[in-house]
Amino acid sequence: MATEVLMPALSPTMEEGTLAKWLVKEGDKVSSGDILAEIETDKATMEFEAVDEGVVGKILIEAGTEGVKVNTPIAVMVEEGEEVGDVPAPTSEPEAKDEAPKTEEKTEKAPAEAKASGGSASGAEQVHSQAGPDWPEGTELRQQTVREALRDAMAEEMRRDGNVYLMGEEVAEYQGAYKVSQGLLDEFGAKRVIDTPITEHGFAGIAVGAAFGGLRPIVEFMTFNFAMQAIDQIINSAAKTLYMSGGQMGAPMVFRGPNGAAARVGAQHSQDYAAWYSAIPGLKVAMPYSASDAKGLLKSAIRDPNPVIFLENEIMYGKSFDVPVMEDFTVPFGKARIWREGSDVTIVSFGIGMTYALEAADRLAEEGISAEVIDLRTLRPIDYDTLIASVRKTNRCVTVEEGFPVGSIGNHLSAYIMQNAFDYLDAPVINCTGKDVPMPYAANLEKLALVTTDEVVAAVKQVTYR
Amino acid sequence: MATRKSAAAAKSNVSAEELKSYYRDMLLIRRFEEKAGQLYGMGLIGGFCHLYIGQEAVVVGLEAAAEEGDKRVTSYRDHGHMLACGMDPDGVMAELTGREGGYSKGKGGSMHMFSKEKHFYGGHGIVGAQVPIGAGLAFADKYLDNSRVTFAYFGDGAANQGQVYETFNMAALWKLPVVFVIENNQYAMGTSQQRSTSSPDIYKRGEAFGIPGQMVDGMDVLAVKEAGETAVAHCRSGKGPYILEVKTYRYRGHSMSDPAKYRTRDEVQKMREERDAIERVRHMLIDGGHASEDDLKAIDKEIKDIVNKSADFAKDSPEPDVSELWTDIYASEVPQGEAAEA
Repeated sequence: MATEVLMPALSPTMEEGTLAKWLVKEGDKVSSGDILAEIETDKATMEFEAVDEGVVGKILIEAGTEGVKVNTPIAVMVEEGEEVGDVPAPTSEPEAKDEAPKTEEKTEKAPAEAKASGGSASGAEQVHSQAGPDWPEGTELRQQTVREALRDAMAEEMRRDGNVYLMGEEVAEYQGAYKVSQGLLDEFGAKRVIDTPITEHGFAGIAVGAAFGGLRPIVEFMTFNFAMQAIDQIINSAAKTLYMSGGQMGAPMVFRGPNGAAARVGAQHSQDYAAWYSAIPGLKVAMPYSASDAKGLLKSAIRDPNPVIFLENEIMYGKSFDVPVMEDFTVPFGKARIWREGSDVTIVSFGIGMTYALEAADRLAEEGISAEVIDLRTLRPIDYDTLIASVRKTNRCVTVEEGFPVGSIGNHLSAYIMQNAFDYLDAPVINCTGKDVPMPYAANLEKLALVTTDEVVAAVKQVTYR
Repeated sequence: MATRKSAAAAKSNVSAEELKSYYRDMLLIRRFEEKAGQLYGMGLIGGFCHLYIGQEAVVVGLEAAAEEGDKRVTSYRDHGHMLACGMDPDGVMAELTGREGGYSKGKGGSMHMFSKEKHFYGGHGIVGAQVPIGAGLAFADKYLDNSRVTFAYFGDGAANQGQVYETFNMAALWKLPVVFVIENNQYAMGTSQQRSTSSPDIYKRGEAFGIPGQMVDGMDVLAVKEAGETAVAHCRSGKGPYILEVKTYRYRGHSMSDPAKYRTRDEVQKMREERDAIERVRHMLIDGGHASEDDLKAIDKEIKDIVNKSADFAKDSPEPDVSELWTDIYASEVPQGEAAEA
């Protein structure tokens, strides 16, 4: 009986991959464990093994095909003696690359385009913020993933300052658990790209000491979930020493890594810590959405003389955006970015939350609701001016984040808006957040536990009384 | 590298002047701490105040083994370490009273003082947290290739914290020039070592990581100095970390608010009478004919004056300006010159 071999999912977040190479050809006999093909994900090249013995009946996807979606049939196996010609046609058509997820293709809007989509700010104060990206008009742009942008930021800063070094689990020889540090060991050597044992509390403390001693450490946590082991060193040692020493010494360093839910990794690997770290004076907190912000903010973070929490997201690592080709591109902390101007409601978000905010704004536009979408980009400091100016214009606000609802960033923004723009509000601020539950594993429940675009759309309709 | 010598032999290698300076430095710590205790009783010092009385020989002996540029970091029982590395008693006492003239402008308190100039990196209030920080200072020195050594002090209580062993592992793996100084004063707050620690010899815990260690009599400043020299030589030669378990004793409670019911008055009294580190040096000076009673009285007087002056300074220094509430939360530039210097 013929069996289809399907494109495998080789990581929790993999949606598609490249079928790089077939190691078998039609008619070959294979045993369980034989390597059938090499498959490239955005993180790595993986070998794909046969599960059962049999004969390769037909290869359905040619070597070199990009964008092959998970579960697409890639070959048909037959039993020994069975004719290849007996194999029935595959039941499902391989999906073409142009059906890749929409978010993969989302690129930043040019300033002119962003402005054009905005409504008029009739009667309201002028918005004191930039509506476009952080580079001069006419700058050459190239598409880059968030992953590549982060790596380039580290590489550029390590070239610039010999005291910047990277330490963490699997950052060197493995090239990064999520391949963010790919190539850094080759360029900078083992002195500056350091594999640590699995010992977060210990190496975070060593990095704090190294920062006291004059270095500029970048600490990669494989995920921020594991940083809870190290949180005493981050808060009590790194964040508070400048104050406790009366300004004599502090910890100029970056703690970075993926934060928040990835996909199907369960409760202990899926927490968003944005609100936790943002509560601490002495820390700075960045949580970029786009690749250009990831790069520009990380470069600023590495140069910053304070401890910076840099919250990345595994799902965002593979997303591509325009990144300016510039000698030294940085994005300042405390400056929000208006992704889309609008007049009916302000949607404020950060990090992966921007995905929902922008999707919701697209859908709302189709229904004639003009949403202004603000990416805070840094949560400590927060660009309150841009937020308040926008709320004074739109008179309505919805906040979006994946974190837990109690003590959320949205809660804080609501209080701030209430105190500083109460008279401008035409509706209560609504916080769209993750649900007040530990992250479930089941796919349907996980989707429900996170914030959804539908919820953002519904919240906007509620505050606009539609 | 220093060779192993008996404490008795070492004594002959120490000059009368050195011996007098150890006497003086230990006495300064004791009198300073006694004064701090008084000021606490008068309500001039608040919060937690952990006195170092009884343990003076530990820091004085190790400072005698240190070289200019070597670093030190310790826990919240830190007054002795600061005085021993040459920090100004006025600034330390004024920090205890929470005044502008304190090392942290009154914002750190007893447990949180620092001096870039004297390479003193705190003053840490979370038991054990200073241990990886000390290894990190050593990491920076190794990275910068400046052959300095860091002393990371912690107690027998901290020796049961997990991060200590995480640090042992990495310090040995990366051959960091750090001396782990376990000040074993035998009580982790109110819990005796016997009740908290599965094996009595804490220094042997380095064996699992390949870190050499030794037990030292912490009531003998010369024995501490000698062991310190061995440890420092080991670290400075690039061989990695070294552990010193220094057996000592604190005469006072864990903090000012500790009634110390977990041990008898007799136990404390016996230590004071039979093992006191300052008395030991005093006898050596007198018996060896290195100093007269009058010489020592002169030193006592000098110390008393320094301590009284520090107390006056700490009382007279104003409270920090209210604007200080909002300063030093974020640095606008790197607040340390060491990277540039290196």
